Amino acid sequence: MLYLQLFISFFKIGLFGFGGGLAILSLIQHEVLTYGWMTEAEFVDIVAISQVTPGPIGINCATYVGYTATQSVWGSVLATGAMILPGLIIMLLICRVYRALSIRFADNPYFRNTLRYLRFAVLGLIAAAALLLITPATFIDNNSIILFAAVFVLTILPQLVRTKQPAVQQVISLLSHPILLIVLAGVAGYCIYR
Amino acid sequence: MLLRLFWTYLKVGTFTLGGGYAMLPLIQREVVDYRKWIDETEFLNMIALAQAAPGLIAVNSAIFIGHEVGSRNVPAAWSNTWRAAVYPYLAVAAAVFGAVLPSFVIILAIAMVFADYHHLPAVEAVMKGVRPAVVALIAAPLLRMTLKANNPKPFRDGGVLLLAWALAAAMLIWLANVSPVYIIVATILLALISTWLGERRRLHNKVNR
Repeated sequence: MLYLQLFISFFKIGLFGFGGGLAILSLIQHEVLTYGWMTEAEFVDIVAISQVTPGPIGINCATYVGYTATQSVWGSVLATGAMILPGLIIMLLICRVYRALSIRFADNPYFRNTLRYLRFAVLGLIAAAALLLITPATFIDNNSIILFAAVFVLTILPQLVRTKQPAVQQVISLLSHPILLIVLAGVAGYCIYR
Repeated sequence: MLLRLFWTYLKVGTFTLGGGYAMLPLIQREVVDYRKWIDETEFLNMIALAQAAPGLIAVNSAIFIGHEVGSRNVPAAWSNTWRAAVYPYLAVAAAVFGAVLPSFVIILAIAMVFADYHHLPAVEAVMKGVRPAVVALIAAPLLRMTLKANNPKPFRDGGVLLLAWALAAAMLIWLANVSPVYIIVATILLALISTWLGERRRLHNKVNR
C-alpha cells in the first residue's frame, strides 16, 4: 500500500512538475506533508542537502523520501522511477513528433501562451513553498530571522549591486553562491545553538 | 555508443551542483562542442522542449539527446532488423541512467547515514542554522524570476493580471491547502481559453477589415 501511494504521489509530481527544481518543491512538499512521510524540519533538511550535492533537486527529494518512508532502497528506486516516468513518456512522444514533422512548437500561440502562463504560476508555487516553510520548526528564535534576512540579501546581491567592475562582480557572485551560504549558515548554527 | 552516452551523462550528473539549470552549459559543452552529436540550433530547440515538458530539465534533455543520438547512430550490424527500432530507446535508457545515478547514489548514502546522525546535538545545531537559510534560498530567486517572467514586455499583455494570479495561487496553496496540481491544471486551462479567445478576436478583426 505504502509503495503504491509513493508511486502515485511521485508520478503526480513528475506529471505536474513544470518549471524546474524550485517549482517542483511545492508539489513534493504538499504530497510529503499530506501523507506524513516527513516533518517540515526534515523536508527543509533534505532541500539543504540537495543544494550542496550534485544533481536535480527533484531526484534528490524522491530518492530521500523513498528511503525514509519505506526504510528500503526499493522505496528510493520506486519513487525516483515514478517521478521520471511521466516526463519520459511525454518527451518520447515529443521526440517522435519532432522527428516526424519537425514541428516548430515555439511558433504555436497556444504552446507559447501556456508556457508564459505557467512561468507566472510557478512564481506562486515557489512563494507558497517558502511561506509554508516559515513555521516554528524552521524559525525557532530571533537568530533564525537574522540568518534568513542575511541569506536573502546576499542571494539577491547581484540584482541589488549594479557594477561594471569585474573584480567586484566576482566577489558578489561568490558571496551569493547557495552552497557557500548554506555552509556559512551551518557554521553560524553550530556556533549559536551548540 | 550506449556506453559513451552513459558516461557523458554520468560525468555531467556528478559534477553539477545546484540543480538542472546548472547542468545545461555542461551538457552543451559535452554534447555539442566535444562529441558533436547535435548542433547548436538543435540544442536550443531541445532546451525549449525539455522546459515545456513536465519533469526535470536535466532528465528531459537526457531523454531527447538519447533518442536523437540513438536514432542516428544505429550500429551497422543492427540495422534492417527489429533491433534497429529498439536502439533509440536503449540510448535513452543509457543517458537517463547516467544523469540520475550519481545523485541517486549520493542521496541514498546520505539518507542511510543521516537517519542515524541527525539526532546528535552538533548536527541538530548546524541544521537549526541552515533551515532559515534554505527558506531564504527558496524565496530570494522570486525577484529575478518575476522580472524574467515579464520579459520582454514588462507588465504588458496582461502581465499584471498574471502576477495577481500567481499571488492568488500562492495564497490558495499556503492558506487553503490547495494542491499545487490544481493550480497547474487551472493555469493551463486559463492559458488555452484566453489564447482561443484572443485568436478568435484577431480572426474576427481581420474579416471585418
